[in-house]
Amino acid sequence: MDRPSWVPGGVDIEQPSVARVYDYYLGGSHNFEADRQFAERVIAAVPDMRWVISENRSFLRRAVRFMVSEGIDQFVDLGSGIPTVGNVHEVVASLNPRGRVVYIDHDPVAVAHSRAILNGNPNTAVIAGDLRSPKAVLANPELQRLVDLSRPVGVLLNAVLHFVPDDDEAGAIVAAVTDNVAAGSYVAISHASADQMRDGAHRTESLYNQSVAAMAMRSRAQVAALFGGSPLVDPGVVQIPLWRPESLDDLSEQAERYPGYAGVARIG
Amino acid sequence: MDSAQQPSRRPVTNLARRWAQAIGGISYVSLNRRELRGFLDDLTARLSAAVRAPELDLAMVREIGASMVHGHFTITPALERTLELLGDEMANSDSDTVRGRCLPVLSAFAAGYADALHARTLAEQQRITVAAIAAQRDAELAHRTSENRFKALFSDAAIGISIGTVQGQILEVNRAMCEMFGYSRDEFITHGVTEFVHPHDADETWDLYGQLTDGTRDHFRVEKPFYRADGSMIWTDLVVSLLRDDDGAPKYMVAMMEDITERHELHARLRHQALHDPLTGLPNRTMFQERLEVAVRGGRVGLCYLDLDGFKAINDTVGHATGDEVLIEIGNRLTARLGSAHLVSRIGGDEFVVLVEDWTDPDAAVTVAREALAAVHEPLWLNRRSLTVSASAGVVDMPSADTTVGELMKAADTTLYRAKSEGRNRWALFDADRHAQDVTRYELATALPTALAEGQLFLRYQPLVRLRDEKLVGVEALVRWQHPTLGRLGPNDFISVAESTGVIYSLGLWVLRTACEQAVAWREKFPDQPLVISVNLAPYQVREAQLIDDVRRLIAETGVDPAYLQLELTESAIMASSGEPLDTLRALAGLGLRIAIDDFGTGYSNLAYLRSLPVSSLKLAGPFVTNLHAGADSDPQDQAVVGTLISLAHSLGLTVTAEGVETRAQLETLRLLDCDTAQGFLYARPAPPQTIEDWLVTGQ
Repeated sequence: MDRPSWVPGGVDIEQPSVARVYDYYLGGSHNFEADRQFAERVIAAVPDMRWVISENRSFLRRAVRFMVSEGIDQFVDLGSGIPTVGNVHEVVASLNPRGRVVYIDHDPVAVAHSRAILNGNPNTAVIAGDLRSPKAVLANPELQRLVDLSRPVGVLLNAVLHFVPDDDEAGAIVAAVTDNVAAGSYVAISHASADQMRDGAHRTESLYNQSVAAMAMRSRAQVAALFGGSPLVDPGVVQIPLWRPESLDDLSEQAERYPGYAGVARIG
Repeated sequence: MDSAQQPSRRPVTNLARRWAQAIGGISYVSLNRRELRGFLDDLTARLSAAVRAPELDLAMVREIGASMVHGHFTITPALERTLELLGDEMANSDSDTVRGRCLPVLSAFAAGYADALHARTLAEQQRITVAAIAAQRDAELAHRTSENRFKALFSDAAIGISIGTVQGQILEVNRAMCEMFGYSRDEFITHGVTEFVHPHDADETWDLYGQLTDGTRDHFRVEKPFYRADGSMIWTDLVVSLLRDDDGAPKYMVAMMEDITERHELHARLRHQALHDPLTGLPNRTMFQERLEVAVRGGRVGLCYLDLDGFKAINDTVGHATGDEVLIEIGNRLTARLGSAHLVSRIGGDEFVVLVEDWTDPDAAVTVAREALAAVHEPLWLNRRSLTVSASAGVVDMPSADTTVGELMKAADTTLYRAKSEGRNRWALFDADRHAQDVTRYELATALPTALAEGQLFLRYQPLVRLRDEKLVGVEALVRWQHPTLGRLGPNDFISVAESTGVIYSLGLWVLRTACEQAVAWREKFPDQPLVISVNLAPYQVREAQLIDDVRRLIAETGVDPAYLQLELTESAIMASSGEPLDTLRALAGLGLRIAIDDFGTGYSNLAYLRSLPVSSLKLAGPFVTNLHAGADSDPQDQAVVGTLISLAHSLGLTVTAEGVETRAQLETLRLLDCDTAQGFLYARPAPPQTIEDWLVTGQ
């Protein structure tokens, strides 16, 4: 049953959270026992999980760098999670000190944590919001204080759309974003897939579905379809490590085993 | 730099590269390979410096170990591989110093790493815990805020809100609710929901409530009356919603209600107005028809359709204001006598209908009629004058299976009409045959004008024969109607109908004109055998002032010789005429035409009067002639009567025609009695013009 929106969710540290489990994969300690135990079960199914997650994080950095190089100076990170290593605002600031970033997450602990860390940073904001209601998020006055939607913006949907199992809903989220941003904006999507490491991927999917959040893997074609026809930046939708790697040295021979895809599209 | 260090630079760089390879894929770092290389280059250089320093700088080594943690190499395999690599590198160094320092360096490195990781872990744990606490606090604050908001909404709302359990216990009510009902909050919550049943509750109200409590429905809306604490009644627009718990099971019920008593009463008043006559307060035609439809479904229908006699005259005499009071008083009387068991309604100006709704008395319809007329007939005292009114009523009592609402009203209508035409101040009971006749008459009456225009009417001529020499001296023109569906109709079938609608006037003139034209045609063809043409005149025509002008013009236009034109009027019509009708007759005679009294001997003739009438001829009624059928063997009395009548007529200068002569015996007797002319089947039935012409030609 949906909780009515005027009643906020409570905080339950005995329930693993996507954000805290993700932090653990990356070697962080912003997590509790339940998160760590869950993460270990996933790692048991996919021994290379830490590599999978860290490559995903690397993509985020590369995508942001690409967008900055295209002149984007304002970013919206939908489903930003817990600020761990290599945060979007750090990457942006290193390239453009005046760049602005708004983080949105619906996990109250992630939001509180992010706020604590970013307290005093005038170029960032953290909003409690649900990426399932992108229009509401974009209309949030706090977001609009930092981000001018009449100018191009970079929207990041990094490792979140596989937590929206319904294809129509996921497509609608992307569509709502593309419909409400200025021409010249960019959208980056990274998404888990069972096209590789099939058994491990399906087991991961099951584990998340049972204990943490509804999750669905998608094929490359399905991930490409999420972009709704917006033109894709080269190289299109590819396995995550293969999206514009910073140097050939960075490519490991494992890249083609990677269970996930990413792409960046230009809007308008 | 001494030369011993220089050669070791290559191994240092080499080391950094191998180090990068060893740990590069283990943890996430926000460094790319190149940056990682740079980072490790730096560490390697510092480490090398520390290891080769004259005094082993373990503090530096510890720092370098810590740097790995700061560089986010927080997964222990990173440490393991680093230690393996460094250990291998130092153990195989070509410097004794370096080899000797291997173990302390590795220990210091590991210690620095461990301390840094420990500190980092604690710091991160603290941060996340603080964040969790902050988030929890925010959630509670938001919850409390929304709770406070809800409380404010609840208590201050203008509509009444109550919350109760699914079992029907009332848990909470807001101020508006208390004011609506007149209970305090504490009193209110001692009551259960089911105590608020009201006799006027809509049928489905409690069914819907049941669906809510068992969870098959989420909300419903009804208009529901309630008793207040003081016993008075309010009407509410009520919405009840079900709140479920997290598992979807029914948990609470929320009722919201708005006081709509005023609106409800307004609607009731409007509905009343829509169904009641404003003058008398009686149910109006709309309501009567609704109830009539119910009665028709009930099996037996009885109604008394009442019309005040001569009400227009009353209004003209006493004024409309008093006329209205008459209606009000009549309405009150009818209701007083009949309203408790039956429906008394006013459906028109002075028209009332009583619908039988209680058949305890099997003759209720007739009883109602009697009572109704009696009620009307009691003298009325209005404005210091006494007024007596009478009414006519048509009563219908029949099984409803045989009829419809429309037919019932038609039946009542024709029955009322019959009561009126039978003399008023009476009730008449519906008779199916009479009704059928009346319907037919009505249909004929409405069809006549068209029939006239379309030439469906035609004339037949019955010879008038002079008894002395059996010569044809004239014809009586008789109208026939070739009706498209009913066939050939004679005057008996439609003349009285024509009189009732007034079309008799134009009908009569048409007959007269056609007959005159025919007479003129015969005159031209047979100039030395002039025939009298005799045409019937209706009393209605005689009452019309413009008759004289129309006849005069007709004579002029047709060119008929008035001396050979005879108009017949019945005895009763002539004897009843005085005043203007008599003047008309005199004027007609003044035009030169003759007037005959038809059906003489059947009415009450004022013989003295007879002398002064502009009449030239009598037609002896059929029954007189019939009695003479036995000829000489007829009852002498009958003969004497006829003979006397003929003498009387002759002494007054009137000629006599015998009607309905059928036998030679009759004929002979009449001749003996000195009757002048005869008409009847013995000679000819009413015949087409050709027959008359043939007679004129052949003399037969």
